[in-house]
Amino acid sequence: MAIRPFGFTWLGGPLLFWMAWLKRGDMEKIQTTLDSALESVDKAESLVISEAGKLGFEEDEAHQIGMAIRECMVNAVVHGNRYSQNKKVHLDIERSATSLVVTIGDEGGGFDLNSVPDPLSPENLLRQSGRGFLLIRAFMDEVDVHPRAGGGTEVRLVKNKP
Amino acid sequence: MSVKLTSRQVGDVTVLDAAGRITLGEGASAFRDAIRDFAAKGNKKLLLNLSDVSYIDSSGIGEMVSGFTTVTNNGGQLKLVGLSKRVKDLLQITKLYTVFEVFDDEADAIRSFH
Repeated sequence: MAIRPFGFTWLGGPLLFWMAWLKRGDMEKIQTTLDSALESVDKAESLVISEAGKLGFEEDEAHQIGMAIRECMVNAVVHGNRYSQNKKVHLDIERSATSLVVTIGDEGGGFDLNSVPDPLSPENLLRQSGRGFLLIRAFMDEVDVHPRAGGGTEVRLVKNKP
Repeated sequence: MSVKLTSRQVGDVTVLDAAGRITLGEGASAFRDAIRDFAAKGNKKLLLNLSDVSYIDSSGIGEMVSGFTTVTNNGGQLKLVGLSKRVKDLLQITKLYTVFEVFDDEADAIRSFH
């Protein structure tokens, strides 16, 4: 059965984005395109925390999921798209009865996760940056980083309902 | 809300009371500037009170580490007090508990400098 769209909106103002709601069986999906701006990080975090709440995650777990989304969005906006006004961040949120699946894609030049030094190695503990993926992995059940079709990087995050 | 830092003196220890969010952007940069200012003024004993900090992300953690390095390189000490469970969890995950001295009680933290 095809995914059936049941909502669409376009919001203007300083943060321009579109958002569509789709539904198939017990799965609901939100597709959003966001500007490469820090305001988009807050927007994405709020959206995902709201969906996590609907799925029944407790406040602390929803906070952790939100933080994983924040870290991933920062990577997309800052490191992937480098704040470019010409590049977007693509956020998909799928909520089923058993899990929350979030996909965040940027339009940057690609990303090699292996290039990030291990933040837990003694020689790296005092580095200022490089802890984002450590937190993402700590807070989510599945994390998959791969090239995005059409260019850039896509990260798929899964949190299963407890 | 961005982070707000105010200072008070308890003996020879400068207590920095942080409130708000220490996240990428205005919050983290304001936090970095404040710590560097206090270190530059020659404060050698700094206690960072995070009781009223509602959110720290990896950028905020990075700024705390940077502040620690700045203060230590100036021959001083930067210690932490008043961490929420969420912030404690972050320090556990990042192994920064092995870097920072962390206290639950401010009086204990003040005494530890002497």
